[in-house]
Amino acid sequence: MILSNPFLKKVFLLFASAMMIIGCSKNSSQQGDSSIGEIKGEEVAVLTFAPDVPPPITRNHATKVIVNLEVIEKEMEMMDGVKYNFWTFGGQVPGKFIRVREGDLVEFHLKNDPSSKLPHNIDLHAVTGPGGGAVSTFTAPGHETQFSFTVLNPGLFIYHCATAPVGMHIANGMYGLILVEPKEGLPKVDKEFYVCQGDFYTKGDYGESGTQPFDMEKALEENPDYVVFNGKVGALTGENSLKANVGETVRLFVGNGGPGLTSSFHVIGEIFDNVYPEGGSTLNHNVQTTLVPPGGSAITEFKLDVPGNFILVDHAIFRAFNKGALGILQVDGPENKNIFSGQQDDRIYQPEGGAVQTMPSVDAETVKPLTKAEKLEIGKALYASTCLACHQADGKGIENAFPPLVKSDYFASNPEKIIEVITHGLTGPITVNGKPYNSVMPKQTLSDNQIASVATYVLNNFGNKGGELHADDVVKIRKRK
Amino acid sequence: MKAFLLILSCLTTIAGISQQRSSASAMAGIKGGSYIPMYSKDVQKTEVKPFEMDVYPVTNSDFLTFVKANPEWSKSRVKSLFADSNYLKQWNSDLGFNTNIANSPVVNVSWFAAKKYCECQGKRLPETAEWELAARASETKADASKDQGFNQWVLNWVTQSHPVLLPSVGSTFKNYYGVYDMHGLVWEWTYDFNSALTTGESRGNSSLNNTLFCGGGSFASKDINNYASFMRFAMRSSVKAKYCIASLGFRCVK
Repeated sequence: MILSNPFLKKVFLLFASAMMIIGCSKNSSQQGDSSIGEIKGEEVAVLTFAPDVPPPITRNHATKVIVNLEVIEKEMEMMDGVKYNFWTFGGQVPGKFIRVREGDLVEFHLKNDPSSKLPHNIDLHAVTGPGGGAVSTFTAPGHETQFSFTVLNPGLFIYHCATAPVGMHIANGMYGLILVEPKEGLPKVDKEFYVCQGDFYTKGDYGESGTQPFDMEKALEENPDYVVFNGKVGALTGENSLKANVGETVRLFVGNGGPGLTSSFHVIGEIFDNVYPEGGSTLNHNVQTTLVPPGGSAITEFKLDVPGNFILVDHAIFRAFNKGALGILQVDGPENKNIFSGQQDDRIYQPEGGAVQTMPSVDAETVKPLTKAEKLEIGKALYASTCLACHQADGKGIENAFPPLVKSDYFASNPEKIIEVITHGLTGPITVNGKPYNSVMPKQTLSDNQIASVATYVLNNFGNKGGELHADDVVKIRKRK
Repeated sequence: MKAFLLILSCLTTIAGISQQRSSASAMAGIKGGSYIPMYSKDVQKTEVKPFEMDVYPVTNSDFLTFVKANPEWSKSRVKSLFADSNYLKQWNSDLGFNTNIANSPVVNVSWFAAKKYCECQGKRLPETAEWELAARASETKADASKDQGFNQWVLNWVTQSHPVLLPSVGSTFKNYYGVYDMHGLVWEWTYDFNSALTTGESRGNSSLNNTLFCGGGSFASKDINNYASFMRFAMRSSVKAKYCIASLGFRCVK
């Protein structure tokens, strides 16, 4: 580079000498190790359970941070009624969130509870050094180990247990996130949340109640029964939904413990304004779905413009609706019809054009009243194509999201309610079989006979009391709106 | 698998009746055989000679007799070099514990204490090869190490929480040799527990040169799917001889 401009030359010289000064001061404090800055003071890290995140770091210097993390093996719920013996960092899955600043010296204490059956250790991906600390922290039950490391690279990192058999330790819940804030800090946002995906392999299938042991074969095939956010089906739905307001900017620290599956992380109804892919320093914008691999992370940020329920999913979508990878971000505040109007109209669509049509003969047939047997047959097929995705094949629905149809007390005394919900849709809080639901079911575009059929099918299945509904009932209820 | 559990629960009932018997002296013969550690190559095949093994793990009550005769191994007098501060934590005093644990396996004992106990009985601690050879027997087979149901059952115990009150000895199953509780009750000390060196970094073991010793989960392993076995080796390599752990007991052989 040739510096012909005298002004630039001066700037360059100034800059170079400034660099030398900084270089010298670094050298004086750390015996010539230029990668490590001066450590001032000492503090004990505040650790939080998901979905909470420790407060942003306001320090403008590196410090010594003491991290105390305890390994606890304990039985907890995988979903309501399903128990699993989790191995945890701190007592929950995912493990506690650790937040430090680039350049900090971390003094790490790993404590293995005396009640543990097994030795454990920790590999923090934020560590530069062999095993990420795994060897240094190999800890017998009832013991505590200690090691120190300087966090050289900023980013969002997974930590996990690496004791043999590693896969099983991870599959039992031994992972969490450590955030290394860059020296300049992260931009200010209104809300920060901690979301960590994991997959679980149980002897019993999804939803089978009781204490479920780990299933090694399913694990080796990477065919989990559960794919969940924050360690439990429903950890982020219903009462536990993440909450924010219109106008706020939200940051999600997203991790994936795996051990098996890569997450296609997506928030239904939002676009990520910013994503730090893989938890690194690159900034991407306007992203719909971001990949989060096992042992990896991503940071996503987005401004909330309109109210409603925004659904966090792994967009490998069967995992969301059939294995538990579903969470809700509940946003309150004023509507903005310019950004999102809601449904404005629903009118007849005639592909043939606006001219008067003669009724096709097929239609004439379907208008003819059906027998109950016909309704059950048609209803069964319609249920599979229209209802099953949410209410599930067994009609049990998904707790906190989709109400059950099994022995439902919602329509037991008034079967016409089924027709009402199908024809007009249903929004807002309801209680079904003693459990609260607050979701949206869109109205279904089905013919009168189709609705009568599927309603009759539901009435005569899933342990409901039976009965029959008719196209006439549908006509009557359609007018009620 | 179901049948296995069924037999198991029957055995448990029988054991429940017979548990009043003194467990201190009863031994069962284990026929020898060759044993290849799960982490090694065939060259490390060990020939195990026939030996006798305690039918039950050593109980609190057995260990009390030993401490009475050897007071230097009581809680208050044991040397800190030989046992850490958790030594006999489940006992209330030098010679006292709640009667409900009398027949439970003694835990929170160091390797030094276990070794001394066995020597005082004219016995010794089993070598890892001996222990593993006896432990691969299910109730019907001398070698059930390839039996899925058996392995899964053993694994299930590991993944259950450690009970607050340890069950009595004899509460699991009687294996092919007539030995109880090799799995499902407590971990057990072996004489050479620290000879299988896992580095604590189980993933790196495949690149280590010392294949003679490495014992973690790695592709160098002979049987990478035997998770329960990996856990025993991980457990053994995480401890030191003076450690006293709530899920770790022992039995003797001769």
